[in-house]
Amino acid sequence: MKTEDKANKNSVGTIDDLIQGMKDGIPIGLGYFAVAFTFGMAAARDGIGALWSAFISLTCVTSAGQFAGLTVIAAGGSLIELALTQLIINLRYLLMSFSISAKLTETGAGTAPRLLVAHGVTDEIFAISQTRQQLKPAYTWGAMCVAIPGWVSGAFFGGILGDVLPGALLSAFGIAIYGMFLAIILPPASGDRAVLIVVLAAMAFRAVLTWVPVLKLISPGFAIIIVTVVVAAVAAWLSPVKEEGGGS
Amino acid sequence: MTSGRLISCILVMAGVTYLIRVLPLVLFRREIKSPYMKSFLYYIPFACLASMTFPEILWSADTTAGSVAGFIVAVILALRKKSLITVALAACVAVFVVERIAAFL
Repeated sequence: MKTEDKANKNSVGTIDDLIQGMKDGIPIGLGYFAVAFTFGMAAARDGIGALWSAFISLTCVTSAGQFAGLTVIAAGGSLIELALTQLIINLRYLLMSFSISAKLTETGAGTAPRLLVAHGVTDEIFAISQTRQQLKPAYTWGAMCVAIPGWVSGAFFGGILGDVLPGALLSAFGIAIYGMFLAIILPPASGDRAVLIVVLAAMAFRAVLTWVPVLKLISPGFAIIIVTVVVAAVAAWLSPVKEEGGGS
Repeated sequence: MTSGRLISCILVMAGVTYLIRVLPLVLFRREIKSPYMKSFLYYIPFACLASMTFPEILWSADTTAGSVAGFIVAVILALRKKSLITVALAACVAVFVVERIAAFL
């Protein structure tokens, strides 16, 4: 018993945790490379070079947030608008961090390891963390070691090749990020009526803010914030989630 | 765009995103109890990604025909629960094919 207690006090985890995290991080890193590639290309089209794209990817590690940020930056939006966009779009990480925090408390992780784990809270790393019986910081670090380089290098190569690729290919790649968003939201929506209504309502509301006179003067960044908060708040009020549901 | 503005933008994005991630990990070491807050946070990614996708997807390619074709292909494959990469690349192929055909007409 004593040794087991001691093992639990080893709050950061073992080399085995690290290696397991790296293994589970490989498919994530590959997927990240492809998504970040389209980010690098989109950024290049807005006049942001490959090294800058890589730097943004390293410091932010957030796909939807980076794409939305790009929209605001390219439109010449203010820093406040940029901050609010990031806050709303990445608010889901708050839920994930709460959940990961509770799991880390079970295994007794201290504050310093948590500061590092925080940078790796993404949809995908959160998803694999949920599968762990006992989550140790070393596991998350392992996944980060593999996934984040995929994310950063993808943005870099996308930024370089975005300049070289012919216009017809660039036009075709522009839809990639939206395809990925649909692949994230539609599968849960097809099995859950409330989620489906949230998706359709958000699209309809956004369309109103895009096409209706006067309302269309609201900038894209703020329109996304308004739609997200209103639709999610109304949905939470009308159809509260019964058991613990994590963001996907 | 000046490097100065770009650096401020990146610092804001990185700072806000890191704060969202780190605050619950450091300050709240228990689970959220409020069913309303839980539900609100649960619905956020769906509302957010949906509002980012439509109607922007309609002008994501050079031509509306290409964009609409890619949109339809992406919706069909996503509903069939294909992976992110499959859905994204198939949408790209649909755009490319439709725009090549349209260029010949």
